[in-house]
Amino acid sequence: MNIEALLLSFRLASCVSAILFVVGVPLAYWLAFSPWRWKFLPEAVVALPLVLPPTVLGFYMLLAMGPRGPLGKFWQAAFGHGLAFTFTGLVIASVLYSLPFAVQPLVASFEAVDRKLLDASAVLGAGRVRTFAHVILPLSIPGIVTALVLSFAHTLGEFGVVLMVGGNLEGVTRTVSIDIYDRVQSLDYASANSTALLLLVISFVVLAAVYGINRRARRRVWLPWTSK
Amino acid sequence: MKLALRCLLLLWALSLRTAGAQEIRVAAAADLQFALDELAAQCQKQTGRKIDVSYGSSGNFFAQIQNGAPFDVLLSADIEYPRKLEAAGLAEPGTLYEYAIGRIVIWMPADARVDLAKLGWQALLEAGVGKIAIANPEHAPYGRAAVAALRSAGIYEQVRPKLVYGENIAQAAQFVSSRNAQAGILALSLAISPPMRDGKRWEIPVNLHAPIEQGAVILKSAKDKEGARDFLTFLKSSAGRKILDSYGFTLPAPAPASAVNQ
Repeated sequence: MNIEALLLSFRLASCVSAILFVVGVPLAYWLAFSPWRWKFLPEAVVALPLVLPPTVLGFYMLLAMGPRGPLGKFWQAAFGHGLAFTFTGLVIASVLYSLPFAVQPLVASFEAVDRKLLDASAVLGAGRVRTFAHVILPLSIPGIVTALVLSFAHTLGEFGVVLMVGGNLEGVTRTVSIDIYDRVQSLDYASANSTALLLLVISFVVLAAVYGINRRARRRVWLPWTSK
Repeated sequence: MKLALRCLLLLWALSLRTAGAQEIRVAAAADLQFALDELAAQCQKQTGRKIDVSYGSSGNFFAQIQNGAPFDVLLSADIEYPRKLEAAGLAEPGTLYEYAIGRIVIWMPADARVDLAKLGWQALLEAGVGKIAIANPEHAPYGRAAVAALRSAGIYEQVRPKLVYGENIAQAAQFVSSRNAQAGILALSLAISPPMRDGKRWEIPVNLHAPIEQGAVILKSAKDKEGARDFLTFLKSSAGRKILDSYGFTLPAPAPASAVNQ
């Protein structure tokens, strides 16, 4: 079992879900409340990673991160090295790849907030920010938890994109999914099995925990509003 | 709605047509990517049998075949895999054949500002070479040879921080050709393939690493054993050898005519 690869995956997944939370909340707010009629276009873009194979994203990321790609050019000028085969490169690729897993639950929970409450908040003199912080956010806790956990778990299980832009460097880009693949390739099935089994258990526990928490949160948050 | 349904039905009907044809299914190592395309096309012309090639890493195919993958022939970059299949009773006895010996080269893009021909190994130590792509030495024979050669040349410890690993030799090539790595230790067969032949290359002396012996074998589970034999016969024929030779493979001592069909 490769603990280092597992820890690396956890680090990657934590970075990605933190970034996706910061980026995802304003994006989801805009998608949920903007009256713009062409809103469905960015919505479709956000959902793209759900349907595109990781090879498509991995291929374009590899080109974009190369010295001729826009991202690679910029990074080279700013930091003196390319983006492929680096942890930062993996974070960027994973943020794109897990974007819908963060944004979609957020949009859904923002949209589910009763508009009457928003109107009431406005009538009582609260600005948009205050309404968001005191009305929308507390009512959207299940959605926020789901977004955080899904982006974390999805990044943890990511394989194709990492394979295409990672370069399999120990402690830098050799994530747990790549390590399992390597073990299978080297016919070391016992080791592949122990790591894979651990990942399976962790993923199940994380998902079970979030569904459990969500159930409770829904009850707690919704009760005061629904029963007068 | 009705139109969409009809389109779907049509697509489905079309997708059925490709199944069930009589093709020879070949699982082949990634270093054969271009050589085998040509070889299969010629063999197809000669025998009239369609050849379906799947490229991948030999280790992957080995695991898949052990678990019942429906291939007729395995062309492995490492002859150990066909040997193991034979030992496990998964290969047709007596069909194991060493079809070629692989060569490795240092490859750089044509516009690299390094005089590779003059510098040889030293080129890898240049400051402009930040990353060097090789195949994963843990399971890819070309990666193993690359590391062995770097060790023999005495620069392995120096270049180790620069190494990045492709899942197989074709991915290592892709890392360099997309310029994410500045140099690669690649299979000669890929370095002289049409997309890469304009780049710079320096052939690594063969005495610096154990020979990359490549082996073919017909699988016990082959549906079309006769077709598989025809394909292997073509591989051993002078026409087949000529193609392998033109892609930089070193050929094992030419089999005497009488031994060809064994």
